[in-house]
Amino acid sequence: MHRGHHHGDGHGPASQVPVAGWEVFEVLVLLVLGTALVGYAVARRVAGSGRAWPARRTVCWSAGVVCAGAGLVGPVATAAHTSFTAHMAAHLLLGMLAPLLLVLGAPVTLALRALPVTWGRRLTRLLRTAPVRAATHPVVAGLLNAGGLWVLYTTSLYPLMHGSVLVHAAVHAHVLVWGYVLTASLVGVDPDPHRSSVLVRSGVLIVVVAAHSILSRWLYAHPPAGVGAADGRSGAQLMYYGGDVVDVLLMVLLLHRWYASGRHREAAAPRRVTAAADRPGTVRGDP
Amino acid sequence: MSDVEDSGAPLGRRTDLSGFLFGCGVAASVIDLFVFHLALQWHHFYDLSTTRVALTADGFFHAFGWFITVWGLFLLADVRRRTQVVWTRWAGAVVAGVGFFQLVDGVVSHKLLGIHQIRYGVDLLPYDMTWIGSAVLLLVVGLLVRRRAAPARASS
Repeated sequence: MHRGHHHGDGHGPASQVPVAGWEVFEVLVLLVLGTALVGYAVARRVAGSGRAWPARRTVCWSAGVVCAGAGLVGPVATAAHTSFTAHMAAHLLLGMLAPLLLVLGAPVTLALRALPVTWGRRLTRLLRTAPVRAATHPVVAGLLNAGGLWVLYTTSLYPLMHGSVLVHAAVHAHVLVWGYVLTASLVGVDPDPHRSSVLVRSGVLIVVVAAHSILSRWLYAHPPAGVGAADGRSGAQLMYYGGDVVDVLLMVLLLHRWYASGRHREAAAPRRVTAAADRPGTVRGDP
Repeated sequence: MSDVEDSGAPLGRRTDLSGFLFGCGVAASVIDLFVFHLALQWHHFYDLSTTRVALTADGFFHAFGWFITVWGLFLLADVRRRTQVVWTRWAGAVVAGVGFFQLVDGVVSHKLLGIHQIRYGVDLLPYDMTWIGSAVLLLVVGLLVRRRAAPARASS
């Protein structure tokens, strides 16, 4: 499945890696992702007796798991060992698209419905603890997310990652986890006892998007060690434009939250509603 | 009737804000990307001589551009669910927004900060004149259209 890294031409470190390490990594990835799929399905069954669970959440969760899988094992992930462009495609899947889809799958909500009450309370208590609260603050999550990318691409971590399966696993876990935490803190649908204001979340999103685009332009001119100029350029452009697609989706979701909350404000201000109702054809039903 | 005017004035301003943000955002993100980067290929992804300050400024321009495009549209949706949108007023604000952004881009980014130029390897004067001239024209036309569409506010 991953034979690519052993005869990766021009990539010395990769050829010294024992085969077994990568095999174990891929088996573990498949186990974790399989558990994520099966666990979600089981939780849906257990929770199913009460309120209906929207099918789109299941679709999003499954698609998210598939995207994460495509970024970690299979042809794109294999090509990523020798091609910076393929690496960037894998990272867009793993660090941006998969987190967004997984967040939209609302796993915490599902867990709270499926778990027995005592366990549900424990989970809620865990989410309210100071360390979780700090880690899920958009500023912290944004710093770890964008900062991690800067460290990865502007230090010798990038070539190191291709030589060591442990570093590789750690980097990819970091990218997925902090991608998820940041996305959840910005546009999460799960209950969040400490959700930041729309203003703070918008500010963090703008800074993270700016950092992403600055880094991709920087990489265009200064590719990581061992990456050829043409490969570096196409990878950097993929990072820039591919990132834009997910970033604009995040903006739409974040501002839609603001828009939806305005409906409550409107209900709380009866005078304005009355004024609008005076005019024919101006009262709109909920979408 | 007074109730209608009470709620009409802030919604009118919200219409203006929506159009203005959307116009600025579209000029920064969509027009720049599709016209100058992809169609004409006058702008480069990264021209290799760009300074770090310019690179940083460009990154924030880029992020703000997309953000205000989306925000402007949600503001429009907000006005639309409360009352009928005065479309000419909104369109005027959009055109003014495009003109305003192009003017700022043409004067501040291109000339004062030197972030990037309109085109490379050519005599820039006619390009700058056309850019800034058309930006001022769009701004004035947009403001006139908006003013005609909202005479109440202009007279008050």
